[in-house]
Amino acid sequence: MYSYLEQELQSRFNLFKLWQQPPSKIPEFLKSNQRTIKAVVSNARVGADAQLIDSLPNLEIVASFSVGFDKIDLKRCEEKGIRVTNTPDVLTDDVADLGIALILAVLRKICPCDGFVRSGKWKDGDFGIVTFPCFLLQFSSKPVGIVGLGRIGSAIAKRAQAFGCSISYHSRTQKPLKHYKYYDNIVDLAKNCSILVVACSLTDETRHIVNREVIDALGPRGILINVGRGAHVDEPELVSALLEGRLAGAGLDVYEDEPEVPDPLLRLDNVLLLPHVGSDTVETCNSMADLVLANLEAHFNSRPLPTPVI
Amino acid sequence: MASPAADEDLPQVLLIKNPPAFAVLGEEHFTSTKFRYLKAFESSLPLHDFLAAHGGSVRAILASLSVVDASVLDLLPEVRVIATTSAGLNLLDLPECRRRGIKIANAGDVYSTDVADYAVGLLIDVLRKISASNRYVKQGFWASKGDYYPLGSKFCFQLRGKRIGIVGLGRIGYQVAKRLEAFGCSIAYNSRKAKPGVSYPFYQTVQELAAKSDALILCCGLTQQTRHLVNKEVLAALGKEGVVVNVARGGVIDEKEMVRCLVEGEIAGAGLDVFENEPEVPKELMELDNVVMSPHCAVRTRESLMEVGRLAVGNLEAFFSNEPLLSEFEDD
Repeated sequence: MYSYLEQELQSRFNLFKLWQQPPSKIPEFLKSNQRTIKAVVSNARVGADAQLIDSLPNLEIVASFSVGFDKIDLKRCEEKGIRVTNTPDVLTDDVADLGIALILAVLRKICPCDGFVRSGKWKDGDFGIVTFPCFLLQFSSKPVGIVGLGRIGSAIAKRAQAFGCSISYHSRTQKPLKHYKYYDNIVDLAKNCSILVVACSLTDETRHIVNREVIDALGPRGILINVGRGAHVDEPELVSALLEGRLAGAGLDVYEDEPEVPDPLLRLDNVLLLPHVGSDTVETCNSMADLVLANLEAHFNSRPLPTPVI
Repeated sequence: MASPAADEDLPQVLLIKNPPAFAVLGEEHFTSTKFRYLKAFESSLPLHDFLAAHGGSVRAILASLSVVDASVLDLLPEVRVIATTSAGLNLLDLPECRRRGIKIANAGDVYSTDVADYAVGLLIDVLRKISASNRYVKQGFWASKGDYYPLGSKFCFQLRGKRIGIVGLGRIGYQVAKRLEAFGCSIAYNSRKAKPGVSYPFYQTVQELAAKSDALILCCGLTQQTRHLVNKEVLAALGKEGVVVNVARGGVIDEKEMVRCLVEGEIAGAGLDVFENEPEVPKELMELDNVVMSPHCAVRTRESLMEVGRLAVGNLEAFFSNEPLLSEFEDD
């Protein structure tokens, strides 16, 4: 857990640290403390499923240190009158910044370039001709397609526009105030862009929204960027597309089974892999932590919750 | 393609080195019916011997990453134009060229967007540890060791609200500014003189700019005035949380001093596309996770290489047709 959050929780509440328990001991741990636990603090990777919720009969609130709540069984919480909160807005800029960073790093091969210099190979010869992937791709003015034009998607669009990119998007509904080109299906979006960015929330409808058909539509000159959730993308299909050269590259911050990353991707220079760090700046983590604490304090003092999901 | 007989009548354009655009994309994109290339790099003779033997009637040079100084120009008495595929002109002896009435056609605005894009990419990489995190994951550490940040602490920084100091608000600097504004950064700059019609705050010296910046982005040319412009005092003014991004020339920074600052934590990080003595890179930098380096490739996109090669050809064709150059360099 983020140390600032842990310290604050420890000083204000009675904190039970589930991550310190070996997995086999968890049921026992929960059972012996189930009477006293009234709140759960979850994050993007570890949520509150039905099993956890059911094992805590006095649970009143799940406060997530994330904006996504796909790992929380909302239905079960609703049935039991349990409140759920998240951390929207404070991390929008950081995730959008990361989206653009991924695009630039993939197209311009910033990481392989850095590796090339670190390895000492630059001294050995004219890198552009012999040993180095010289076809670096321009970002400015390329057509960008965004899946999900919510807070994060809009922030990504705003930044990409500053690079002269044209923006198009797909989402559940068209956004009348946004003057970007709308596609009511993701395959058409993919056909008409060269950079596809996933920035929507994970729901039953958006699971594997980027599948073989979408990858084929994006094509061998296209790149895929995912700052949503790993489950948005059919990961095995993505891997084979990259291995077979049916996609030019990918920048990923999220995966289907974190922290597991498909092994073949580890060796590809045209793929950038980050360990789910979308909102991992000091400033934003502090803001997210403050929001978690504010939601908990509000709940236990019977005040309106700042950022409720339900 | 001109027939061999007609070809020999065409005026010659000297190529000292093979331009990256030709090598990477293929020379066939850059031929012309108005001239032919004289390729010094294909000869086993040292350059000056080659020029002494063949340079007498050459009227134009297509310069790319090669030094053109008095000793070279002495052997090329008929040269009246140099078209360069480089953004920077520091390898050309400009006063000598002026003295001999030689016009310079440079890369114009071709590279500006790509260099600006790259500068932004380097800055975010340094602040958010993109390359370092990517290395971490690719070494299998995320699964085996856990999250990149030890003990639940974070050491990456937000872009929003950062104060960006641009050194050299020319075409490249201006494009960097426009991009970073969209990320919520504030912009200030230092240039030879303040730019009329620009609303960003102007600082007379780089040191003053550094004192008021969280990140310095170097976008100026390398001249006598800008050599080691970013020195000990400037780096001290930038401070422990400051970051430097250099897409200009290595010589703009006192490299030894910068390395010392990075090693000792006197500045927070650096993104460097250029170095004082390429391809030599200070070995101390290789160990640092808060430094991102690249082999002088900020201009190297397929699109830019094609455009700059075509522009050089266009300039040369204009010259041989007695028309104005497309992108004449005017020293202001």
